[in-house]
Amino acid sequence: MIPVHAAVTQATLVNYSLVAIYSSMFIYALAFIFFTYDLAWRVSEARQLAAAPAVEVVAAKRAGQLTTKTALLDRPGPVPPGFEVAAATKVKRSLSARLGMVFTVMAWLLHVGGTVFRGLAAGRVPWANMFEFTLTATAIIIGVFLVIQFWQDLQFLGAYVTGFVLVFLGVATINFYVDVIPLPPALQSYWLVIHVFVASLGTGFYGLGAGLSVVQLIQARREARGLGPVRAVPTAEKLEALAYRLIVVGFVFWTFTLIAGSIWAEHAWGRYWGWDTKEVWTFIVWVIFAGYIHARATRGWRGSRSATLAIIGFSAVLFNFTIVNLYFHGLHSYSGL
Amino acid sequence: MASRPSSDQSTDPKRPSDHFDSPELAEITNPRLGVVGTLRFFWRQLTSMRTALFLLLLVAFAAVPGSLVPQQTSDPNGVIQYKAANPGWSKVLDFFGVFNTYSSIWFSAIYILLFISLIGCIIPRTMHHIAALRTPPPKTPARLDRLPGYLRTVDAPVSDEDVADGVGAARDLLRASGYRVRVFDNDSASAERGYLRETGNLIFHIALVGILVAVGLGGGFIWTGQKVIPVGQSFANTLSDYDSISPGRWFSPDSLEPYKLTLTKFTPVYERHNLNAIGEAIDYTAYLRASVPGQKATNVTIKVNSPLRIGDTDVYLLSNGVAPVVTVRNPKGKVVYTQPIPFLPQDADLTSEGVIKIPDGLSKQVGMIGLFYPTECSPAVCGAAPRSVDPQLINPVLTLQVYTGDLGLNSGKPVNAYSLDTDKLTQISGFGTKTPGITLRPGQTAKLPNGLGTVELNRVIRYVGLDIHHDPTQLWVLSFAVLVFLGLITGLFIPRRRVWIKAVRRGGKVHYEYAGLARGEDPRLDDAVAEIARKHSQLLGLNMKP
Ligand code: HEM
Repeated sequence: MIPVHAAVTQATLVNYSLVAIYSSMFIYALAFIFFTYDLAWRVSEARQLAAAPAVEVVAAKRAGQLTTKTALLDRPGPVPPGFEVAAATKVKRSLSARLGMVFTVMAWLLHVGGTVFRGLAAGRVPWANMFEFTLTATAIIIGVFLVIQFWQDLQFLGAYVTGFVLVFLGVATINFYVDVIPLPPALQSYWLVIHVFVASLGTGFYGLGAGLSVVQLIQARREARGLGPVRAVPTAEKLEALAYRLIVVGFVFWTFTLIAGSIWAEHAWGRYWGWDTKEVWTFIVWVIFAGYIHARATRGWRGSRSATLAIIGFSAVLFNFTIVNLYFHGLHSYSGL
Repeated sequence: MASRPSSDQSTDPKRPSDHFDSPELAEITNPRLGVVGTLRFFWRQLTSMRTALFLLLLVAFAAVPGSLVPQQTSDPNGVIQYKAANPGWSKVLDFFGVFNTYSSIWFSAIYILLFISLIGCIIPRTMHHIAALRTPPPKTPARLDRLPGYLRTVDAPVSDEDVADGVGAARDLLRASGYRVRVFDNDSASAERGYLRETGNLIFHIALVGILVAVGLGGGFIWTGQKVIPVGQSFANTLSDYDSISPGRWFSPDSLEPYKLTLTKFTPVYERHNLNAIGEAIDYTAYLRASVPGQKATNVTIKVNSPLRIGDTDVYLLSNGVAPVVTVRNPKGKVVYTQPIPFLPQDADLTSEGVIKIPDGLSKQVGMIGLFYPTECSPAVCGAAPRSVDPQLINPVLTLQVYTGDLGLNSGKPVNAYSLDTDKLTQISGFGTKTPGITLRPGQTAKLPNGLGTVELNRVIRYVGLDIHHDPTQLWVLSFAVLVFLGLITGLFIPRRRVWIKAVRRGGKVHYEYAGLARGEDPRLDDAVAEIARKHSQLLGLNMKP
């Protein structure tokens, strides 16, 4: 007997999910446009500032605190290595950046809604195949981006983040789409819930860290050319400190992913490590980011060099997710028991 | 970056000389190094941050080729296919051991160098850290106003006694906040916290070595065996009962703990409702009766994600399939062969292939290659070539091609039960001969060609393929992995910092100064100093100087 009503509900939920995702893509596109416009504004702002004769001291007084804090550049005396200034340089916000944020939040709510509907339709967590994993991972990237705003103004990354997510949602809905099908036995495990979710979290943090590193490289080049610090975007040094903090969180999640994946592999395949293609790439990513962390502690490797490593590391994450999933054969492709 | 304020380094974590935090030394060039000097030079190079970084990146890079080319250990069939498709190129790859990348000499050389570097790095750091744990915080710097987070109170008229009290209050406050405190000359408190950061970092690195050692040394104790069991049959954990076994170096057959497993039932579940996935496997459950000597037999189940742990082994359900039960009789009707034959699945709809070998009892040795279709698609729908369209036994059909000749079973060489070497055999029925192949449905009997006898398909049962592993390293590796994780979190997120509170007397008045110093990443240092300054000044009833 086929439970007809169940089939109908599933189809309906799948449709809700897709409608929500398509709508979110439309709004992300609007956000992307505003963020790009804001970037253009920042660059022209930077030009004006670079033309200004002197760099003024930025003193940001924090309410409730007894002290006046000065921005990194203006700190009197030497700054000990490894020391980072907590206070953010206050950056003027443009209207377009604020609109970008508003649209991003709206799109994200739809995005999360669409992902949840997909999970409801399937009757399980919505990250069991590439299509679903892309929905969830991109929702997490935006979620991390939004949550971090409470602590640190990262609006200048808006164009990067929304553009990135838009591309991946597009590829997911067009190229990765699969109908809701039941999980093969190897995937039926609570480790699916934990392992894959934490992997997406790690991906989110790595992605933002890599984005910051890209901006850092651009800033560093500007600064090296003597164009002066650009106030509309944090200094290269500050960007590096931010990227580092995000990436070490990503690294912790990634380490957990690796361990949890090994435990799961032992349950499902009878060995915890077998140098399966997917395992190899997860390991490669882990080692690259361990290298990044080391580079940050090695004299001569701070700055642009370690930023480049972060970007290479995140490229390996993307490679692992796209090329390895699609073209390499291994146990992770679930070609049958 | 500017040079750091000079301070006692004795409680600082020890770092390689090219670490970002280490004082920049002028390159010492000694023209006469000597043997010891040269060795020391190389050792210092090997244990530097730069070498560690280089080797890490090299490991990442060296791991890539093995992911692009199938590996002997994880995908032996892939290797065979790859070599067939790229014969010339494969020779080059073979030469460099790329089909066995992760046990190749060059890959091993890289990670062994990395771990030598690692050990050379952590031993001195550990010694130093143990000493640092017993070293009180260093002297308060002469001037605090050039240090991070610097704050001060307003000047206040106070007596010597008040100063002593103020410093005492500073000590208590810092202690309560988790700092290790030392008071100097009764006018300053020097405090340090976060020793756990270095502890965590060391545990992280040591546990990495632990994983490597556990995997390396433990490898010899691991063995894995395979066993195919049709429903109703049993498996005893003795060497002779395994279909195949790959023993580690230290494997001894006597160490096999005697237990017995009987497969009572196997239940595959296939999707029936979801139109996008009809016939897809959604669950496999093997029901077994397990008996261990001296204990009552128990009923157990094994599923794909839940192995059975029994008698120092882990038993995994890694494959399953169909096993037609076939009976062969000689022309007089005497049974010469009757048993289930596990067939190897060829696709998701369980089209399966198997081999029947009858060395004795008939006038000639007979071999048969069988193809089994659980649900044969009718030729009207699918065309002449038979194929299965569902893994369940809805319309089961067995086809057989018959051969006679030397089966090669008497040569003493091991023979693969799943393949028939047809080189020395003559095909007497089936595709390519004048006699049509045999087609059987359950319960049907057919005559073998040339009056050899008859063959009957009694019924079709299921079998499971079990992998039986013994891996005593698993728990060690897991424990070290957990330590890696805990060490990592501790080493990354516990801030290591120094804080000073100092009473400064000037002309009968006194004010308190506060400052800190981070050892490693510490984004919250300023806030932490400000918080301590706020609490301390409030305790003393002093205002902060704006
Ligand atoms: C197996 C290879 C290695 C891996 C995967 C690795 C990974 C890491 C990671 C993830 C961290 C940051 C975590 C923490 O602080 O607890 C770290 C820090 C560190 N590692 Fe390694 N490491 C390796 C080898 C080495 C070697 C060979 C050395 C010595 C030359 C070394 C020296 C250090 C030092 C000094 C730090 C502290 C960095 C800082 O001050 O922030 N590591 N390592």
